[in-house]
Amino acid sequence: MGIVHGDEMVLNIGPQHPSTHGVLRLVVKTDGEIVSQIRPVIGYLHRCFEKHCENVSYDQVIPYTDRCDYIASMNNNFGFVIAVEEMMEITVPEKVEYIRVIMAELNRIASHLLALGAFGLDVGAFTPFLYMFRDRERILDLFEMTCGARLLYNYMWVGGLSHDLPVGFLEKAHEFLDYFEPKIKEYNDLLMYNKIFIERTSDVGVLPTDVAVNYGVTGPNLRGSGTKWDLRKNEPYSIYDRFNFEVPVGKGQMGTIGDCWDRYWVRTEEMKESVGIVRQALNELPVEGDVHEALPKKIRPPKGSIYKRTESPRGDLGFYIISDGSPSPSRVKLRSPAFTALSALSVIAEGWMMSDVIAILGSLDIVLGEIDR
Amino acid sequence: MSKNLSEVLLEKFPGSVIEMEEIPTDHIPLNGDKWFEIALFIRDEPDWKFDSLQCITGVDLGEENGLEVRYNLHSMVHSHKIEIRIPLNRDKPVVPSVEQVWRVGDWFEREVYDMYGITFKGHRDLRRILLPDDWEGWPLRKDYEEPATYHGIAVPKEKEGWE
Repeated sequence: MGIVHGDEMVLNIGPQHPSTHGVLRLVVKTDGEIVSQIRPVIGYLHRCFEKHCENVSYDQVIPYTDRCDYIASMNNNFGFVIAVEEMMEITVPEKVEYIRVIMAELNRIASHLLALGAFGLDVGAFTPFLYMFRDRERILDLFEMTCGARLLYNYMWVGGLSHDLPVGFLEKAHEFLDYFEPKIKEYNDLLMYNKIFIERTSDVGVLPTDVAVNYGVTGPNLRGSGTKWDLRKNEPYSIYDRFNFEVPVGKGQMGTIGDCWDRYWVRTEEMKESVGIVRQALNELPVEGDVHEALPKKIRPPKGSIYKRTESPRGDLGFYIISDGSPSPSRVKLRSPAFTALSALSVIAEGWMMSDVIAILGSLDIVLGEIDR
Repeated sequence: MSKNLSEVLLEKFPGSVIEMEEIPTDHIPLNGDKWFEIALFIRDEPDWKFDSLQCITGVDLGEENGLEVRYNLHSMVHSHKIEIRIPLNRDKPVVPSVEQVWRVGDWFEREVYDMYGITFKGHRDLRRILLPDDWEGWPLRKDYEEPATYHGIAVPKEKEGWE
């Protein structure tokens, strides 16, 4: 921490602390109530993901990717399987593509619900958290009826899916969307336009665009700073080019562009867009098709490497995979969006008050499982 | 596109691009010596504008080939991307740090150092990031052997009774 002057104090937050969204430790130098320096200490949840990958086959990597970003496991599966499919030049059936998009977008809604609820919790609003968990539960029910798991799915496989959609899924999904869409207004009335919440978040923790790009911040955090950048639009993968949706960017409605409130607002808008994408995908979903049809007998990508990124709820999720032609990957590197977002914490939060640091950390929406891997 | 950039780099920084029999189309193999200057050049040059460093990957290519660092760069302005590869010596792997060119490189480089023991020259805070500070060895190298004990606690090698 360097030199600590007489009126300064070094404060340790974590690794066990409710506001750190996992086992994150922050070493903070404070001058009175003002935070002058922040050093995040990570690695408490390191589980050797990349080392494990080198010793298992490609299909066995997929359950490990679930456990990286355990809030949005579907999106992690998605990123890994399309990277391997591109290496092996597999084309999956239309039906599989549609189901993947439906699952990824539902998981995006679930992830944002948790992010927004936990953010409210961080700044002292307990009730919205319960409302959002109530509705997230309904998405988890949909996942459970599809693949049996509520959190760690192992649902998307290289070349297909583990299960087809069960009977009654379409009705249940439509029912959920009709139920959920008006609820977004309820959350906004409850939290986003709440006077206390606005006071706590507007103009706080402003992240300018150029700093965000330089620090590799992506996803809703970058869009909150006013940059229209979404891989689903800018570099469409899978079948995202077929859907109509907007990319919301922060406008500084309650203060400055790129403040905590903007990051919150972008996530609520994204949930509305995701609802739209799921609706379109459900309506266009082909009836015919076998989700196991394109599963390869052996997963052995040819020699070579690939860097493939997809838009996870937290931002650019990249997989760097090197194959030496054997059944297990020679190297798998996961470029995690939360890792880069956390590395920018010190530049955003230094100079703010202690309570604002917690709000800023909440607005970045980090998942430690993905940071520590 | 990568071929064009490698021609530009050859002209501007002679000897920086490693010559190969077949010119690769998907990446540029670089000599590490002038990497910091090249990084500044491709970040600021209006034609290239690689303002976003996507990922730094350390790679162990096996006993004969040594280590390698791979950089995936992307330009938000022009929407183009490039991969830079810098091969390194296994015994003394040193490469210039680009942490001050792209600040995101700070943690990425610390992670590569943590896992492969590659030294990034000029990095202002090169420490382990994911592993404990007193960890010995570089776990993602192919010749890494797990220690028998850690702080007096035996590391179980037999998997009996686990499954």
